[in-house]
Amino acid sequence: MVKIEVENLSLAYGRNIVIRDLTFQATPGEMVGLIGPNGSGKSTIIRAISRIISPHSGKILLNGKSIAQIPREELARLVGVVPQMPLLPSAFTAFEIVLMGRNPHLRLFQYEGEKDRNITWQAMGQTATQSLAERRIGELSGGEIQRIVIARVLAQEPKSILLDEPTANLDISHQVEILDLIKNLCQENSLAVIIALHDLNLASQYCDRLVLLNNGRVHSSGTPGEVINPQNIKAVYGVEGCVYAHPVNGLPTVLLEAGSSRQTKPQA
Amino acid sequence: MVTLNRLKPPLIEPVAPRYFFHWRRRVYAIIGLLIASVLVMAFATTIGSVQVPFPTTCRILLSQLPLVDIAPTWLSTTETIILQIRLPRVILAGLVGAALAIAGATYQGLFHNPLADPYLIGTAQGASLGAVIGFLLPLQWQVMGFGIIPVFAFTGALLSAAMVYILARVGKTVPVTTLILAGVALGALWGSIVSYLIITSKKQLHGILFWLMGSFSLSEWSEVAVVLPYVVAGVVIILLYSRSLNVMQLDEEQAKQLGIDVEKVKLILLAAATLITAAAVSFVGIIGFVGIIIPHAVRLIWGPDHRFLLPLSLLAGAIFLVLADLIARTALAPTEIPIGVITAICGVPFFLYLLRRRKRAVFF
Repeated sequence: MVKIEVENLSLAYGRNIVIRDLTFQATPGEMVGLIGPNGSGKSTIIRAISRIISPHSGKILLNGKSIAQIPREELARLVGVVPQMPLLPSAFTAFEIVLMGRNPHLRLFQYEGEKDRNITWQAMGQTATQSLAERRIGELSGGEIQRIVIARVLAQEPKSILLDEPTANLDISHQVEILDLIKNLCQENSLAVIIALHDLNLASQYCDRLVLLNNGRVHSSGTPGEVINPQNIKAVYGVEGCVYAHPVNGLPTVLLEAGSSRQTKPQA
Repeated sequence: MVTLNRLKPPLIEPVAPRYFFHWRRRVYAIIGLLIASVLVMAFATTIGSVQVPFPTTCRILLSQLPLVDIAPTWLSTTETIILQIRLPRVILAGLVGAALAIAGATYQGLFHNPLADPYLIGTAQGASLGAVIGFLLPLQWQVMGFGIIPVFAFTGALLSAAMVYILARVGKTVPVTTLILAGVALGALWGSIVSYLIITSKKQLHGILFWLMGSFSLSEWSEVAVVLPYVVAGVVIILLYSRSLNVMQLDEEQAKQLGIDVEKVKLILLAAATLITAAAVSFVGIIGFVGIIIPHAVRLIWGPDHRFLLPLSLLAGAIFLVLADLIARTALAPTEIPIGVITAICGVPFFLYLLRRRKRAVFF
């Protein structure tokens, strides 16, 4: 089990600071959603937690240990990442790509054995990609590739998963299917899950807690009910009152109305 | 409760089916090419100005193996021709072909670039400059029984590659694009110095040109003995990292997230591939084309998985260069054709055929 703690984190590309003083945590079995407008730094946070970029200041801790001190291979056994719009080599088959998820579990001259192939196969079963196993990546659609990458992170068997817009390329049935799967894994295997989402309704339905970002700062954080309200939506996105209770479970739901953007409002 | 229109839950078979059809096909290919390379080398040894029947050649070769006892029924001069003149040449050709092909496959994998070859980061031009300086210096040193030219060529290749690597550093990382550009730039610099030295050299001109075009004439066992350890060491290192190289076919970010220490693996693979390239060219000169075309041909036939691509390229490169050298020394005998001419004339049509047969535009 892994607990991810982000403390007073600031991130920068060169001199351009994109995240300021961010503090949040994801405990085992908890699904934390990062929401906010385009360019608010959601992807950057995920890249920092997977040690692609190093912090400008502040700390990222896994079970109290700074990630800078964890070797890459060990980190890959603890943290799996589903990147946004991943580039995959087009001549490899889907099975070969998912099998790459086993990499951190293998030693230098070890080949994938029976066990690794079965784990891979089950991961493809969970993401409905078994029928694609023999196909080459170049022949697959964006949504299929998205599911292949999610299968890869399942084959990786990490203790926590970071997802960057995992549902962006998926139709609604696959959106629900993938998020159900991740939610189940999160609860049954006590994974800490951090997920960047554009879709506020999906974030509200699936996440235990939300962090609403605006211009690199936390605007508000808490349960979906605390974060998704007309005031916050208007302050961050500039869209007028559009939050209703979901008819079945009462969670906040955003319904958009034509003509409610900031630009169309009179400058009174 | 509202029921959503969901897909049927996927049937999850717990056990992966044994449909590793192309895995098996590639394993057969490795075994097949291994046998073929031995046969081709034996065949190349029989042919030459003195005709030796193929069975006799095989018996002479087998008699050299430990635990094989064949009474000699052949002339001792025949044995000398086979074992001391032809065999070292054939083996050196195989070794160099293997080294250049696996180095080429490694560079292509590292750079994700179909134009990458073993000489991409200035290795060939560095070796050429070293060799030409070796030709022009009025030195008669002997290093381990060899002239200074191989030593200078080897050193030139390694120095050039090291300079490219250092120049391409950006902070703690070495982006492949800057590596390629630094390599091309330094290579051009060395090339122009070589050109200048060539036109100012009078007596050594023929020797220099011959070296630059590559040749296996005058191959000896001692050369095989020097090149072999470098190539074996480099190949073992490259094969150890072949799975990492596969994961690095994803972008660097994903490779890191899957536990690969990208910069470390890059440095190790570059060093190993450069070492075997430098060792290969130091005695026989710049042999083009093998390192770029063999890996592509293998990739087109057997796919991009480096665990098979690398050993298959190694074997195919050996076979290709042994045959090319056979043609180079026999087609216009007693005149030798520069081997680079043969590799291009024979290799290009075959490669273009493969390229047209597979209409897929993807290589990686």
